[in-house]
Amino acid sequence: MPNSIEIKAENINFYYGTKQALKNINLEIYENQVTALIGPSGCGKSTFIRLLNRMNDLIPHTRVEGKIYFEGQNIFEENVDVVSLRRRVGMVFQKPNPFPKTIFENVSYGLEVKGIRDKQTIEEKVISSLNQAALWKEVKDRLHDSALGLSGGQQQRLCIARCLAVEPHVILFDEPCASLDPISTRSIEELILDLKKYYTIVIVTHNMQQAARISDFTAFLYLGELIEFGLTEKIFTVPKQKMTEEYLTGKFG
Amino acid sequence: MKNKLTQHLGFLLLWVAIILALFFLGTIIYFVFVKGISIISWEFLTEVPRRGMTEGGIAPAIAGTLYLTMGAILFSLPLGLACAIYLCEYSPAGYVVNVIRMSINNLAGVPSVVFGLFGLAVFVKFFGFGVSILSGSLTLGIMVLPQIISASQEALIAVPQSYREASLALGATHWQTIKKMVLPSALPGILTGVILSIGRAAGETAPILFTAATFYTRGYPDSIFSEVMALPYHIYALMTEGTHPEKQTAIAYGCALILMLLVLLMSALAIFLRQRQRSFYAK
Amino acid sequence: MLEEEKVALLKRELIEFATLVEAMIEKSIKGLVNKGRDVLIEVIEKDEPKSNNFEIKLDELCTVVIAQYQPKGKGLRTVLMVLKINNDLERMADHVANIAETALTLIEMPPMTEYMKDVLKMAEITRGMLKDSIDSFVREDSALAQDVCKRDDVVDELRKVNRREIIGSMCAACSIMEVGLDILRIARNLERIADLSTNICEDVIFMVEGKVIKHKMDKM
Repeated sequence: MPNSIEIKAENINFYYGTKQALKNINLEIYENQVTALIGPSGCGKSTFIRLLNRMNDLIPHTRVEGKIYFEGQNIFEENVDVVSLRRRVGMVFQKPNPFPKTIFENVSYGLEVKGIRDKQTIEEKVISSLNQAALWKEVKDRLHDSALGLSGGQQQRLCIARCLAVEPHVILFDEPCASLDPISTRSIEELILDLKKYYTIVIVTHNMQQAARISDFTAFLYLGELIEFGLTEKIFTVPKQKMTEEYLTGKFG
Repeated sequence: MKNKLTQHLGFLLLWVAIILALFFLGTIIYFVFVKGISIISWEFLTEVPRRGMTEGGIAPAIAGTLYLTMGAILFSLPLGLACAIYLCEYSPAGYVVNVIRMSINNLAGVPSVVFGLFGLAVFVKFFGFGVSILSGSLTLGIMVLPQIISASQEALIAVPQSYREASLALGATHWQTIKKMVLPSALPGILTGVILSIGRAAGETAPILFTAATFYTRGYPDSIFSEVMALPYHIYALMTEGTHPEKQTAIAYGCALILMLLVLLMSALAIFLRQRQRSFYAK
Repeated sequence: MLEEEKVALLKRELIEFATLVEAMIEKSIKGLVNKGRDVLIEVIEKDEPKSNNFEIKLDELCTVVIAQYQPKGKGLRTVLMVLKINNDLERMADHVANIAETALTLIEMPPMTEYMKDVLKMAEITRGMLKDSIDSFVREDSALAQDVCKRDDVVDELRKVNRREIIGSMCAACSIMEVGLDILRIARNLERIADLSTNICEDVIFMVEGKVIKHKMDKM
């Protein structure tokens, strides 16, 4: 510390039709750190994280104001290549969603889409990604079986491997453990702590204990506004805002 | 007590309905089988007709039906699939899409003889293809187009949105997502549409009446521009214009049997392919 | 960091603190025996502030660990005990600073070696008690911890004897009043350090076995 800023959100306002979902959000995401977004349901944390890789573009009748700087450029500018952005900012979803293909094909999907044809390169990348996602040992003998035969926790790790294969700089986790049992949850959390060394991580979680355990920075959102942002240590021991303290102690949300 | 009685009664009625349906199906199959089996022989299946349709085989009709059906699918599958992809994946939801969907459904309701007239006017006369496999295939293709579009749409919509999101989040373009992910997943459903269309295309008489079929050809068709014999038409022709009813009635039933078998075979092939696709990914 | 790693970090910091206090005791006694002003001043002016910093740092760390991980069972007991031992170590450091201060005046005066003998013996045992109490914490060895608790009696006894002798001498000859008082003060501080080591051992036993043995020493 201090690490450099990887992503900077400036005065972000977001609208679903006429409803404003995000109000004037200003936030920095630091390199090689885990930043957690916490808050009660509907506070806008998922909406915000989906702005970072412009997945909200897929939803009709939405509008965004403000800028998000990544690698020196505002990602909402006209000439930005969204496809390329999404390769550098990857995403892991709430419910594990491996493709209905083999385990190998799942991980190689991103590479093929990128245009990589060399079989050797693809194979090496698949193996290294599965290793990084701590899944290799469990699947190395059944790479050509259907991915849908894996358990929930394994499927989620497969989705992580799939994301790692395209070599992103940032990985966004949108409540990755929401549908997993405690043991799988723990293995994902350990994996995230491990991945932090090489990637910048942003994680949305409704489980504030999880945020406390694994994040370096925490942002608390409520009704679309950023109430408090800071070092996780400080937020959980000496929160500055009364609302933060009330949320942490379970008075609402 | 009254509820139990009503329930039993209900089940009974349902059973009766099923038995009736099966009964009719069974009767038709039995009827055709019994009346047609006597004429079936290797000669019947492989030889051309002789002596004024009273002897020989119906091989050209079998070939004709096969060509027409395959032609219809060849034309309508790519076109129908492309339409479905546009409707499901690219067009924004709204008024226009609904109008298009409704129009396609209406197309499905057009009587088959009207398709025949349409084919006559447009393909036979206007484009000058004449009475030919080409005209017949195109006409049949248009007839089954709504079915293909409908089934393909269902199949595409059934692919969970989460897969598309995952694909896009990996840096795939919309088209790459469709090509690599949505289409392979939707294949079973699309094939279902093809199966149904095969059955219809092979068995319809009216569309090919003016556009492709003829009572007699010397041998097999030499090009797509030649007119052709077809099983449904042959049955009709034999029963209405046949000169020797005693022999030709049997031939007609034989054709009917072969037609049913052919449709069954083609469907079975498509079902087999679909099942293979499904079983690999089902767990 | 995972919970286990953070708790391990906590323990390491505590051990470092304890090592500092141990060194402080050694230096103070050496300074007293060899009349080394410099080393005594070092204890007062450098080591004692350092120990205060340790205490603050460890307090903060423990708070963070509880807030972040909400440890249960042995983890929770460990963190709570680190907090208490932290407190005990800081008080020990204060007592050692007192010893150093007293020693500064004592070394200017004529020696009273016959009474110093007991004090030095007390110092020896007390140092051993501190070292062993920290060892028992590190190794989670409750048997060792119990052994340390027993030695407290020896220290108490030595202090009683020493006190009687000095008071007796002071009654007989007022000239040795100042020296005598200083020696008594050193002895008292050493005895307090021994008590605190006993506290630490009771905490260790709680951490390891979940058993409370405080205030029931006699029954053991």
